[in-house]
Amino acid sequence: MIVKNDARPINVGFSDLLFVFKWPLPALTSIAHRISGVVLFVGIAFVLYAFDVSLSSDAGFNELKEMMASPFAKFVIWGLLSALAYHFVAGIKHLLLDMGVGETLEGAVFASKVVILFSAILIFLAAAWVI
Amino acid sequence: MVTQVTGFSRNGVSDWLVQRITAVVVAIYSVVLVGYLLFQAEVTYQEWSALFSQTWMQVFTLITLLATCAHAWIGMWTAGTDYLQVHTAGKSADTLRFIYQVVCILVLVVYLIWGVKILWGN
Repeated sequence: MIVKNDARPINVGFSDLLFVFKWPLPALTSIAHRISGVVLFVGIAFVLYAFDVSLSSDAGFNELKEMMASPFAKFVIWGLLSALAYHFVAGIKHLLLDMGVGETLEGAVFASKVVILFSAILIFLAAAWVI
Repeated sequence: MVTQVTGFSRNGVSDWLVQRITAVVVAIYSVVLVGYLLFQAEVTYQEWSALFSQTWMQVFTLITLLATCAHAWIGMWTAGTDYLQVHTAGKSADTLRFIYQVVCILVLVVYLIWGVKILWGN
């Protein structure tokens, strides 16, 4: 329990943030947007590597196809597609917020649910595509 | 007004706008490329290399790569300045954040040069 007895702002600790604080849904979808962005930042290296090999030669292209057939590679591809799908959907919500759509508390919770629904569908479809 | 020397454009409002415009560019490219791969049953090397040897696709890809790097810089900068602070990272937060920012920018410059080499060097 945090008692606010003066006007100064309080910095809550990390463990309070993780275990005490109850995260509202829009906060969770927002942090997930950031996490998916960081995943994509790292993932670009894998995408560029694949892009490089795919355009290097006929042999390279076929070599990449074989590499991408392994279960581990498929998992990585699915992971990156999922991060992209989530970042895409949450990003569209962000652009709508910029236009003033869904700025109320109810609107924010509803929009977060829509983001989860649409990204879940895309992540599921990505799995079906990769397999 | 305080100017953030490590921000992408040294101006928060400009960064905000660049973040939105680059997002739309990357989103359109993603939809186009995923759509191409979805509707092309079996892509061969000939088709793939022919696609990326066309000027419009090279320009589209380079614009997307530039947009991605600007977008990632602003995004990683925002996350870094939010979380790497004295109350989360301790006394050395300023040094840590500076190193983090330099590493992020270096990685993005490598991505950019690598991408240009793939598009025109192979």
